[in-house]
Amino acid sequence: MLFLLFITSGLFLGWSLGANDAANVFGTAVGSRMIRFRTAALVAGVFVIIGATLQGAGATATLSELGSIDALGGAFTVALCSGLVVTMMTYYKLPVSTSQAIVGAIIGWCFYTSNAVDYSTLGIIASSWVVSPVLGGIFSALLYKALRRYIRNTRTHVIVLDRKIRYSLLIVGAFGAFSLGANNIANVMGVFVNATLFDLHIGQVHLNQNQVLFFLGGLAIATGIFTYGKKVMHTVGQGILEVTPETAIVVVLSQALVLFLFSSVAFSNLLRSIGLPGIPLVPVSSTQVVIGALIGIGAVKGVQEIRFRLLGHIMLGWLLTPFLAGLLTYISLFFVNNVFQIAITHRQPVTDIAAIPSGGVNTVVNLPVNNLVIILSLLAVSVLTIAAYLMYRQFRMKTGQAEQRNRLSEQLQYAELQKSLSEIEMKNVQSENNTLVNRLEEKRRELVTYALSIADQRQFLEGTLEELEAIRHEQGITEKNNRIQELVRGLRQKMNFSGEIEKIYQQAEQVNDDFPNRLSSHSPQLSAQDKKLALLLRIGFSTKEIAPLMNISPKSVEIARYRLRKKLDLKKEMNLTDFIKTI
Amino acid sequence: MILFPKARKSIELIDSFFNCVDQSVLLFKEGVKNYLYKNAENFNNNLQTLANLEAESDQIRRKIENTLYTQSLMPQLRGDILRLLEELDNLIDLSKKNLFQFDVEIPHVPPELVQDFVKLTQISVSAAESVIPAAKSYFNEPAAVNEKIHRVYFYEKETDVFADVLRRKIFREMPGLKLSEKFHLRYFTLHIENISDTAEKVADLLTIMAIKRIV
Repeated sequence: MLFLLFITSGLFLGWSLGANDAANVFGTAVGSRMIRFRTAALVAGVFVIIGATLQGAGATATLSELGSIDALGGAFTVALCSGLVVTMMTYYKLPVSTSQAIVGAIIGWCFYTSNAVDYSTLGIIASSWVVSPVLGGIFSALLYKALRRYIRNTRTHVIVLDRKIRYSLLIVGAFGAFSLGANNIANVMGVFVNATLFDLHIGQVHLNQNQVLFFLGGLAIATGIFTYGKKVMHTVGQGILEVTPETAIVVVLSQALVLFLFSSVAFSNLLRSIGLPGIPLVPVSSTQVVIGALIGIGAVKGVQEIRFRLLGHIMLGWLLTPFLAGLLTYISLFFVNNVFQIAITHRQPVTDIAAIPSGGVNTVVNLPVNNLVIILSLLAVSVLTIAAYLMYRQFRMKTGQAEQRNRLSEQLQYAELQKSLSEIEMKNVQSENNTLVNRLEEKRRELVTYALSIADQRQFLEGTLEELEAIRHEQGITEKNNRIQELVRGLRQKMNFSGEIEKIYQQAEQVNDDFPNRLSSHSPQLSAQDKKLALLLRIGFSTKEIAPLMNISPKSVEIARYRLRKKLDLKKEMNLTDFIKTI
Repeated sequence: MILFPKARKSIELIDSFFNCVDQSVLLFKEGVKNYLYKNAENFNNNLQTLANLEAESDQIRRKIENTLYTQSLMPQLRGDILRLLEELDNLIDLSKKNLFQFDVEIPHVPPELVQDFVKLTQISVSAAESVIPAAKSYFNEPAAVNEKIHRVYFYEKETDVFADVLRRKIFREMPGLKLSEKFHLRYFTLHIENISDTAEKVADLLTIMAIKRIV
């Protein structure tokens, strides 16, 4: 049970690897909807487990050569620190690889426990990190050329080609998953191989203790694929690796081949048997191989610009990941060992290089502790500075974005307010404009009325002039008198000004809106003549001005005013005009 | 092919759609000729066959659309392919519509213009005929699309030139025609020209599609 508790850190690392790296195998296929996620996850999960169980031993042995962690406490810490570094760097979107994290963590363990670091193995591992993307690029360039030629020569119908690509993606993906499991299981479970575990017998299947361990690791990777892989696959398929399905086959196959080469014991032995140097079995980063493969395809396609950013991305991963993992492991081991009193190694530190038997993987170098502390401190400071800078930059970016969002929302609110204010102002201006238009129309009507009136008067006067001329030339006295009487009557009628007076009343009513109604409700007994008088008084006309308008003498206006006062029941001291204005 | 029966069915559907397009432009050419040479019976037969063909091609296009989506074939290319089929379908629709216009409006074509109209129809239809092999090669051999498309552009340009010549002839050298008849004939030159214009649109689309497909 204690063992299971300790390997949880390895399983966590496996889960993280499954979630991230499976996307390199099936990301494009799922992202471009050529294969459903469920199918991809099932195939990837099964083949990762098979690859890990059957072929995981090779790369794991190399990791053990680098630093053989012999206590569960140490293995737990190493795997946990690698997992944490991978998770943290993924969170901050920094380039990361589980292979490099675990190597850094193992070196951290070696330094802490004063165990020897096999620098020749470290050299092989580090060189494989450089070689693997280059190899991926070469493979992909060759495969891409071959595929292009095949498609051109066979003239396959696009629908059949689609089917073929679909199945090829599945097969190549399965191979990729197998190689991923075989190669990268060392990262997940490699540090636990020296811990004791039971063998497993299921029917005819016999798994030794390491294979059981790899099987568990494979299960963790598969769980990672199922639980978190979908999101990553869609991101990869539609974003970073936006390639055609044909290109995806090449990329995945190149990656699978490279990972297979770096994990297959049989192939390495085959090369040795024919006199060639064997390929070192080393865990490599699948992401970096994929990037190498993409650059290879770009080279064949004749893409002008070389993606220096991608190359820089890989190199930053090479440097940053092992440093961070090593440092974190070193610090964590101190706590595990001294605070929790958990054994992190059962071995005595090797201090004398001469005491080590020569030859093979056992060639180890152990640095003096004082120098080691200085080097470690320098490394720690530099790595911490880089990490802190990167995190600060990330934080600044996030904060800056949040500030910008707030500023934008404030600006939006301000703009909304401005908009509503402008609308209100616009409405006001519009209503003022309407009033002005109405007044203009009124004035225009008045002008027209005046013009018509002038024309009317002129016509009347001309008629009168003609009539007078005619009377002057009239010989008969009787006839002359009759015509003069007729003219006088006409003039009197004209002096009546009934039409004009009516217009004046209308205008007065318009100006004193609703006054006639209010007067009627105040004093219903008033006659129409009284109301006219009241209206004229309200406007402010004097008795002399009212007289011609009402076609009566000023004396009669005085009498009418007196009657109105009576009807309104006003006291002597009250002014009639003032009272009317209050109504 | 034995391995992928569903794919074979889809390919057959696409091929039969191309046949429909091919037949429809041929029927249009024959129909116009029959109208101009006053073979009323043959003209009516052409018209009826073309109408049936249009209905059939619509059905096939819908089937292809369904197949591509239900079998989730070529997710990255199917949008382009369906647009191509749509544009080709426009060619069939246009052929039918134009022939029906001859039937409905019965334009008066003076005998001295008959040969010119026949020639205009032949050139315009040649553009449409040339686009079909190009479209077919998109599916099998995208690199060859460009070689085939240049014929479409050539015929389209020729149609434009000849249609202009014909319109000049109608308006400047045919004093015996009424202005209304001249207008009417001008519209028919435009209708015939539309066939090659649509073929050119298909060719433009194919050029881009081929570039996308060339790996």
